[in-house]
Amino acid sequence: MKTPDGTQSGRIQKAPENFLDRDGIRTVIAESKTGRRNFIRSAFAAAAAGAAAPMALAQGNPVPTEGGDPNILNLPEHATGLGQGVAANNGYGVPSKFESNVQRRQSPGLTQTTQASVSFAPLQSLFGIVTPSGLHFERHHQGWWDIDPSKHRFMINGMVKTPKVFTMDEIMRLPSVSRFHFIECGANTAVEWGNVAVPTVQYTHGMVSCSEFTGVPLITLLEIAGADLKNGKFVLAEGGDGSSMTRTIPMSLILSGEVLVAYGQNGEMLRPENGYPLRLIVPGIQGVSWVKYLRRIEVGDKPYAAKDEAVHYMDLMPDGQHRQYTNIQECKSVVTTPSGGQVLLDKGFYNITGLAWSGRGKIQKVDVSVDGGRNWRQARLETPVLSKALTRFNIDWVWDGKPAIIQSRATDDTGFVQPTYKHLRAARGTRSIYHNNAIQSWLVQENGEVKNVQVS
Amino acid sequence: MSKFRKVILTTALLAAAGFASAQSTAYPGVGRPATTKEVAAWDIDVRPDFKGLPAGSGSVAQGQDLWEAKCAHCHGVFGESNEVFSPLIGGTTNDDIKTGNVANLKRADFPGRTTIMKVATVSTLWDYINRAMPWTAPKSLKPDEVYAVTAYLLSLADVVPENFVLSDKNIAEVQKRMPNRNGMTTQHAMWAGKEFNGTAKPDTANVACMKDCIPEAKVASMLPDYARNAHGNLADQNRLVGQQHGANTAVPENKSAATGSSAAAPAAPKPAAKVADPALALLGKHNCTACHAQNTKVVGPSFSDIAKKYPGKAEYLTGKIKAGGAGVWGPIPMPAQSAPEADIKLIANWLAAGAAK
Repeated sequence: MKTPDGTQSGRIQKAPENFLDRDGIRTVIAESKTGRRNFIRSAFAAAAAGAAAPMALAQGNPVPTEGGDPNILNLPEHATGLGQGVAANNGYGVPSKFESNVQRRQSPGLTQTTQASVSFAPLQSLFGIVTPSGLHFERHHQGWWDIDPSKHRFMINGMVKTPKVFTMDEIMRLPSVSRFHFIECGANTAVEWGNVAVPTVQYTHGMVSCSEFTGVPLITLLEIAGADLKNGKFVLAEGGDGSSMTRTIPMSLILSGEVLVAYGQNGEMLRPENGYPLRLIVPGIQGVSWVKYLRRIEVGDKPYAAKDEAVHYMDLMPDGQHRQYTNIQECKSVVTTPSGGQVLLDKGFYNITGLAWSGRGKIQKVDVSVDGGRNWRQARLETPVLSKALTRFNIDWVWDGKPAIIQSRATDDTGFVQPTYKHLRAARGTRSIYHNNAIQSWLVQENGEVKNVQVS
Repeated sequence: MSKFRKVILTTALLAAAGFASAQSTAYPGVGRPATTKEVAAWDIDVRPDFKGLPAGSGSVAQGQDLWEAKCAHCHGVFGESNEVFSPLIGGTTNDDIKTGNVANLKRADFPGRTTIMKVATVSTLWDYINRAMPWTAPKSLKPDEVYAVTAYLLSLADVVPENFVLSDKNIAEVQKRMPNRNGMTTQHAMWAGKEFNGTAKPDTANVACMKDCIPEAKVASMLPDYARNAHGNLADQNRLVGQQHGANTAVPENKSAATGSSAAAPAAPKPAAKVADPALALLGKHNCTACHAQNTKVVGPSFSDIAKKYPGKAEYLTGKIKAGGAGVWGPIPMPAQSAPEADIKLIANWLAAGAAK
């Protein structure tokens, strides 16, 4: 469909949670049409502009002409003085002051209030598969609370023999399990559905995090209440905060034993921003179903069409129908280093690294391309490779100083291969918001600066 | 004596609890039966079949008073505001009420999606207003007030008439008039269970090709230069050490990359051959035409309208193009343009001289 000015209107539809304004999106489209940002052409242009184009921010590790590096020759204070004692900072450690750039952040202009907002995890600075609890992404619907755990109650009602109430003391008495799982907001990468909208992986993919969660399988609690597991096809999970977030959860998933009523996260209690003292863990399912401040589970025979499953978290198809009750986070991956907004300091060896995950199971393999998807190499998967958890991948790369477009493509153990934007838009059009799992592209320019791009 | 009585009493209570939870003996002493009052206090959800809906009623007129007092400052008097939250009302027609499908959801060019365009069930509105509204004082509305506010909202979309009284008795009939009641499908593979009998296969199917998979990668989308620092300086959002650092976006890219050399300035693409006026070529080159057309309003005003408004004012127009602006021609702002000074002046001169084609 064309708008009066002839642009493809489907591609300029801005998502409600978008950053670029309409003019910005039009600029992007217009530039792509004129071919100004044609990869190959700009590569030639840059090459013509000067073969000795200086590297950005080259600081390097030069061989000293005489003597040596003052950082070696002059003994620093920390090698010649007395350091600090144990249990400083009130007994709970904090990161180095030199790590203060590693923070969760809001995307400017995304939301009007901080209580119904999002903060993104700094994926570009994380290692391994665990997200530190203090950097775990946040999404609140009506502000967060620090709830007194001795007053928190958990109720089970609905299609049960006896409605039950539990205290935290009681829940923590039950046999517990600890499992690593990723949690991803259904709107992660949503702003990129139509076009590039944000500069870094923190803003494109930072609504995913992974923790070791500790808690009790929900099925155990349902059995204690004598739930009708045959006719009760759905449960409603309800939060205890202002929004009292409600979501419909499939009983089949609960029967698998995967769904947890959790209090622990990465060895400590949940952080208040992540639902202290109790939240639901629904592996593979979008974060909105992982109800925080969990106060109640109701067993029912029909779905509930709660606000966030009847107004949001639905996928708008080109025919005007919304796919309702979409909840699985399908197979997805992203390169976190190098990624948008970073600068490679010099030519030579680099370790391309990133994260892959699937809501349907384990990651089977990840392929990496440095030429925008023309050729691929299989990356190394680092252990542990766990079901419905983040998986870290690495692959060697020697950068020759020429423009490169870096991508990763994950395959899960169902055989599902992460789609390109072309695949995704062919199936769901361009006006959808949620569940964007397309292959991400990062353009490494000749000057070393890395840009978020989409390729055709 | 009293101690003995306490033991008896505790034993009796434990026995009662044990009896009540006879369905599971695996975890004795964990959990207790919920009282009827406790369940009533928390079991507030309302399903699409209206299970859980309390009795009550409220009129559109009562709803309007409540709305103006408690809801309008976030949602606008007519539920249309986009200032704090996405608009609730707008985008639906009486024809949609007949068909149960919102026609505007099929239009790729329709801006935005309101709540009433999407929601298929009145139960959802009632439930959410009841549990989560007003924003700063959730669960403070009484059932009759929730009925009234829901009625007012529905009247704004013509689902109910202005003199309507919504109640537990007629709410199921009202649900049959929801504009998007037929607009939902569960025929997909993205529900984790089998409860909806959706499709088994995902809707995308990529192939893990390894060699010569596509002819050539072209960059199709990229952030415009003016957005370079819109998320703050990215140098401050990366670790200080590592194989890569953050880009200093506080300065333009060509300045951060080039240390004293101007040779690295990007080569501008040549304008299309043989155009009537050099300004016209620049309009295309700098993408002015993405938002402006010669004689019709697109996103921004037409070139001829600008020319009419600012005859001879080349200097003013140069400044406006460079700095961007908002409010003169409507609510959509024009971003600051980073084109070369000479090009901007040429375009401004052309506009000031009448924007002749």
